Amino acid sequence: MLTFLGRRLLQLIPTLFFVSVIIFSLQQLLPGDPALVMAGEERDPEVIAQIRQQYRLDQPLPVQYAYWVKGVLSGDLGESMRIKVKVRDLVLEKLPVTLQLAAMAIVIALTIGIAAGVTSAVFKDSVWDYAANVFALWGRSTPSFWLGIMLIFLFSVELGWLPASGYVRPSEDFWGSLASTIMPAFVLGNVAAAVLMRHTRGAMLDALQSDYVRTARAKGLLERTVVFKHAMRNALTPVITVGALELGELLSGAVLTEQIFSIPGFGKLIVDSVFNRDYAVVQGVVLVTATVYITLNLIADIAYVLVNPRLRA
Amino acid sequence: MTDAALTTSLFDEAAVPVESPARRALRRLVHRKGAMFGLAVIALFVALALTAPLVSPYDPAAQSWTAVRKPPSAQHLFGTDDVGRDILARITFGARASLLAGVISVVIALAIGVPLGMTAGYIGGFLDAVISRLTDAMLAIPFLILAIALAAFLGPSLHNAMIAIGISTTPIFVRLTRGQVMAVKVEDYVEAARVVGNPPWRVALKHILPNILPSLMVQASLSIAAAIIAEAALSFLGLGQQPPAPSWGSMLNAAQRFLANAPWMAVWPGLAIFLTVVSFNLLGDGLRDALDPRER
Repeated sequence: MLTFLGRRLLQLIPTLFFVSVIIFSLQQLLPGDPALVMAGEERDPEVIAQIRQQYRLDQPLPVQYAYWVKGVLSGDLGESMRIKVKVRDLVLEKLPVTLQLAAMAIVIALTIGIAAGVTSAVFKDSVWDYAANVFALWGRSTPSFWLGIMLIFLFSVELGWLPASGYVRPSEDFWGSLASTIMPAFVLGNVAAAVLMRHTRGAMLDALQSDYVRTARAKGLLERTVVFKHAMRNALTPVITVGALELGELLSGAVLTEQIFSIPGFGKLIVDSVFNRDYAVVQGVVLVTATVYITLNLIADIAYVLVNPRLRA
Repeated sequence: MTDAALTTSLFDEAAVPVESPARRALRRLVHRKGAMFGLAVIALFVALALTAPLVSPYDPAAQSWTAVRKPPSAQHLFGTDDVGRDILARITFGARASLLAGVISVVIALAIGVPLGMTAGYIGGFLDAVISRLTDAMLAIPFLILAIALAAFLGPSLHNAMIAIGISTTPIFVRLTRGQVMAVKVEDYVEAARVVGNPPWRVALKHILPNILPSLMVQASLSIAAAIIAEAALSFLGLGQQPPAPSWGSMLNAAQRFLANAPWMAVWPGLAIFLTVVSFNLLGDGLRDALDPRER
């Protein structure tokens, strides 16, 4: 286990290096003089000179990169050009909102995905199986922003049950917070549910055909016991790993969902900073997202080895 | 078996025409209702996009202050938008942006990803290590976030959105190609081609590439679906097709503000995206099943 962990952590070093190079290089894509572009409307030569100095734009690229990485490693992600706030503070302020949304979404996705996946595997080739497959196709083909808009139309405009936009912190008003996040969480979880359903179905079909399930049935156990205690317990381990990876994907989906429902989270932060030409914030947010994603990948891998005694040696 | 019997049975087999793998795959694909439905819808949208100026009832940019936010009627089948433009006309012309973005970004991803993946898989060693780690790094940044960041730095336009989506899709093709090449290169026929003195590029192009083509086709179809959603998402955010040029994503963005009194503005573009994406997904699934040699 320790060797595995060591090897896995060593592999992270080149990956993280390349991630940092990619994110740093984004700046080079800016057309023209980056200092001028970053300054935006501001044409004050003093501001431009300050930007040039702050980002060390007059130095060679490798030197710029070295300074940038040095900052990142000490927790300094730079400063927002527009609102003069540290990017780290902005991220720390917005991240909990997105995490709440993502946590709710993954609970919704696991519930729907596993239930639909198990049902469709147990009743293979039945109406249920067909319906679950249609649901999975719907999940991965529906643009989340369209689903969001349609839900707002139905539940906010027509029925008036839920607020169309805005966000309430759970510490302020728990039920209000739930009402403001349930629609976005559902939209966010919809795609993940489809992915989880397909994986659960596949894993369950394999498990139901395995020898230990045949043995359990031969012993005369109730079908219910066979399905829930024997097949499901084994089939769900790889599904949990997929769930961890999907949690990372949710960060990506949050960009659109938060935009539609005007939720002041991480995703809205990246879109707002894109339009404010606040490039340091964009870079910071992408970097944090990648780090979260890599960490979740690592946790998923470790969890997979932990629950698979055969791989532990 | 005697020699005579062996000869006869060999001749018998030769007498029966052997179905080529491509023909068999095509025959199986035709029998998949989902894939055929997908193909039909894609063909319809492609036809609409190509003949848009001929079939479109109105100019997609023509505004009319007397026809602002009119519900669907005989005159405007899909209704009109906030400045009185015909929604059906905009959907028809919008198909151009969506399909173009879907196909071109995947072509970009194939053009960069396949050569890189073949190099990594076939040559191996240090080159493989560098390409693979770079691929890992790109995959570590969620697809849409990478596309948004790239589009943001490149500047908002349909052209740049296609480049951004293409680059974000590339690592999938690098990884797929590399894995397939590594599996195929140890096969006897590749070994044989090498032994008779073919240069590496010839072995790669003539002997390996045709064998990994089926997996690339399946992935390309599924990736076009993802690219169409991504283009719509970027246009929705204002990073893709710029107004007043029609695109399904930016139509949805405008529709959001008029949900209470003009919901049809949101229904049609969303439905168009959904139908196109579902069709490419169905085609991809059908291709995968049809090309799977284990399923006979």
